[in-house]
Amino acid sequence: MTIAFAATLLILFIGWAGSALGLQYLLGVILPLAAGAVFIIGFIWKIVRWAKSPVPFAIPTVAGQQRSLAWIKPNRLECPWTTPAVIGRMLLEVFAFRSLFRNTRAERTTIDGTPRVTYFSNKWLWVFALLFHYSMLVIIIRHARFFLDPVPTCIAVIEFVDGVFQVGAPRFYLTDAFILGALAFLLLRRVCTEKLRYISLPADYFALFLLIAIAGSGICMRYISKVDINQVKEVIMGLATLQPVDPSGIGSIFFIHVTLVSALLIYFPFSKLMHMGGVFMSPTRNMKCNTREERHVNPWNPPKSYHTYAEYEDDFRDAMVEAGIPVEKQPEPKTEA
Amino acid sequence: MAKMPTPEELLAVTPASFPKEGWMDTKPDFHPGSFCYPAKTEILKGLGFENAHDWAPDNEDWELPENWEDIIHNSLQDALNKHRSLKVFMDCCVRCGACADKCHFFIGTNDPKNMPVLRAELLRSVYRKDFTTAGRLLGKIAGARKLDKSIIKEWFIYFYQCTECRRCSLFCPYGIDTAEITVIVRQMLLDLGLGIHWIMNSVNDCNRTGNHLGVQPHSMREIVEFLCDDIETITGIRVDPPWNEKGHEVIFITPSGDYFADPGIYTFMGYLMLFHEIGLDYTLSTYASEGGNFGSFVSFDVAKKLNAKMYAEAERLGVKWILGGECGHMWRVVNQYMATYNGPTPPNMEVPVSPITGTVFKNAAATKMVHIAEFTADLIKHNKLNLRPERNNHIITTWHDSCNPARAMGLLEEPRYILRHVCNNFVEMPEHTIREETFCCGSGSGLNAEEIMDQRLRGGFPRANALRYVHDTKGVNWMGCVCALDRAALPPLVDYWVPGVTVSGLHELVANALVMKGEIPRTMDLRQEDLPFPDEDPAASEEA
Amino acid sequence: MYNAKFVIPGIIVFAGLFTAPFWINMLSSGYEAVEVELPTEPVTFFGEERSQCVEPKEWMAANHMELLLEWRDQALREGKRIYVATDGKKWETSLQNTCMACHSNKAEFCDKCHNANSVNPYCWDCHVVPQGNNHEFE
Repeated sequence: MTIAFAATLLILFIGWAGSALGLQYLLGVILPLAAGAVFIIGFIWKIVRWAKSPVPFAIPTVAGQQRSLAWIKPNRLECPWTTPAVIGRMLLEVFAFRSLFRNTRAERTTIDGTPRVTYFSNKWLWVFALLFHYSMLVIIIRHARFFLDPVPTCIAVIEFVDGVFQVGAPRFYLTDAFILGALAFLLLRRVCTEKLRYISLPADYFALFLLIAIAGSGICMRYISKVDINQVKEVIMGLATLQPVDPSGIGSIFFIHVTLVSALLIYFPFSKLMHMGGVFMSPTRNMKCNTREERHVNPWNPPKSYHTYAEYEDDFRDAMVEAGIPVEKQPEPKTEA
Repeated sequence: MAKMPTPEELLAVTPASFPKEGWMDTKPDFHPGSFCYPAKTEILKGLGFENAHDWAPDNEDWELPENWEDIIHNSLQDALNKHRSLKVFMDCCVRCGACADKCHFFIGTNDPKNMPVLRAELLRSVYRKDFTTAGRLLGKIAGARKLDKSIIKEWFIYFYQCTECRRCSLFCPYGIDTAEITVIVRQMLLDLGLGIHWIMNSVNDCNRTGNHLGVQPHSMREIVEFLCDDIETITGIRVDPPWNEKGHEVIFITPSGDYFADPGIYTFMGYLMLFHEIGLDYTLSTYASEGGNFGSFVSFDVAKKLNAKMYAEAERLGVKWILGGECGHMWRVVNQYMATYNGPTPPNMEVPVSPITGTVFKNAAATKMVHIAEFTADLIKHNKLNLRPERNNHIITTWHDSCNPARAMGLLEEPRYILRHVCNNFVEMPEHTIREETFCCGSGSGLNAEEIMDQRLRGGFPRANALRYVHDTKGVNWMGCVCALDRAALPPLVDYWVPGVTVSGLHELVANALVMKGEIPRTMDLRQEDLPFPDEDPAASEEA
Repeated sequence: MYNAKFVIPGIIVFAGLFTAPFWINMLSSGYEAVEVELPTEPVTFFGEERSQCVEPKEWMAANHMELLLEWRDQALREGKRIYVATDGKKWETSLQNTCMACHSNKAEFCDKCHNANSVNPYCWDCHVVPQGNNHEFE
């Protein structure tokens, strides 16, 4: 955790020091463009790397009644047997975190001297995971106002809804609070629960710290250490049209934010954050559960090699005949010694 | 079996908290009872595992082949090239911990390495070191560690403490399936010549004799004759199942546990009585006399090898389709792997049609194999069976969804439908422990070996706990299930945790309730125990 | 590569979404930096001709909304009508009488920049929108 924290601070420091040392062009133009390229190429590279391995077997995890007899109601979404149903299952998984919604908590207790285990429905992880991901999505979409000109109405609508309480100027966004709250929850459960603490790697903390730093620096730039967003837009439009504009003159918080975001983009394809692509590629979720109805083909299916019936009968022919079991080849008559 | 601690003692010695040092720094503990006996060298050699050698898990030196690191590296590379699942599962776990307390072994042992996430990390850490740049450069900071011999030992302990029940994969937001990882690691260990006796011996027997128990054809026929004698004693009817006969419509394949071990034999008797009653045109086979597939626990190739016999025998005997008995992992293989492994089916096979009801089993159109619960549920729905559930009135039963039929197939309602028609008292166990969220018996995936009874009882604790709840609150005294490993593993488990509950297969209960044409009034059940509510003797009532 | 018929469209959607700004900007008319109309003539406040803004121009560009909020609170809630700037100069805390006295063209000053950056301040929920350009203030 310390390492992850230090790494995040280091990135933050690079952003700050770089802008103080006059490296605005490097941090504000070259770095984000390079990071964007690494992100997109790296992401595609990873997906292609996965796709280069086949899916030899149909191994969906079935989570509901199969379709068998006509009068038994099958569960279309939990045991999908058509492609649209699989898409439905995947949509639920991707947009509603269906599997995480199932989460339970097992607790071992002793009642009247006998050991017990009790299961509690446990939706907190689901709630905060959804909250984080949707806040993140809204925030990314909101940022389109810097990338597009003119700003499409739909983005203005999202901004309006996000800032619907009209608190402060600039207007306070709900997602800013949600994302920090959700990240804090995700971090705290890693630190506070024994199981999570034990399995957590530096990478798990790093992703959280990095996201907290990004959200924090963004919030700071909007509400505390403000920058001239018109100038910011000029710089970002420069990036989005590949006609870079000199970003010097913008406050250093901007460079801190951009450096952190660039770090995230570069880190993304090589980390667990690739679950964004992985969730689509998981054979236990994205396959049809009609495995007896439709044969799945394994491209590397090895040739059949098994103990054949003929070999088997050779081993046991006499005993089989004696037991009255039919054989293909009658035993040779015993010759008199 | 060594003297077992009481249930209270067993869980009392479970550590309350995790070790202080991180998981990379804890070493596995090898004491008798913590590991399975190693596979015999000649058996592994015979199955084509080149690096088979003599070794013992509790020895310091496992005498690994000289280039063991290369073997593991190449084996992992090969698995990554062959299975997209493995690549995705290695790369995109976020360690959210949703799977942690879903594993029955974790609940029963509180050993952090039994959390599915950490079980997978045991491999993932090595993968990072060997196959990712960050892992190569940053090492432990990136969650990577260099392969060493203690990691091999750790794999041996913990990947033989996973029953491949896939409960974790249900809760994982990315569907990461530990069973997939477990099979692959077990395959890698076999490449080093490390396997366990209980599995590999069964594989070897199955390969040679056609079944895991190594029962030879003549003995098999003899055993079934004895069971037929018992059926005659109970019902007065002689059933005579055909063996290896050509020209029948159906071949019936069931796990060998069903004709060899108590209480599976009663289920087997149930099948025979049912088939006799409905006049099914079927045959049994001594060659394909195993529904289960211990190969599937350790290697996809071995699984294919054993599974191939089903279609080979179906072709030789010229049957139209296969009817499969009650088994768990057998149905994982049949439902999800068989067509891929050994399909397309031989030309003589057709889409299964029930000869009694005319129902077409379209859901088995490619594999052409029907689960007996589907088959019987269809018979009951069409009123083809004369059932007298009152005979089971002394039973308050619950239903244990076996992991594989539940989570690899979705066979949830069929057995319940049957159960409700053959038993008047059926009680569900609490939610989160049934249907797709069912708990493993703790002995699946070839871990029903005697020498690890302690582990098995701990692993079975969540299942037993749910059973005890309905035993205590609803008076449940019976647990039905649809898996042969369950029938072998649950009785000792239940005797230990919840004495007073009987475990049986579904078709034992069916046959108890089944009124056969021309049978004598039943006074005893299939176990030849007196029925508390025996049939009225028509002769006696006429006299009255 | 396997399952290309799903993977490739997936990749295209991903790349399309994340590079959308480039394509959209390429297709749209082309972005030009916002040039707002700045006051040219000095305006008299407190008997003094002033051609400087209340606070330094750079500060105002980033933080004017903060000043406006402060003025709103002072004028409406506390009844304080005088603001002392950092440089000691006094100003009347009034949007209409101070700000708009110089920046009289709302459309060419406020709106241009706000629209370009999708900012929708709620100043005009209460204040009367000045009609036309170079509106005369009393």
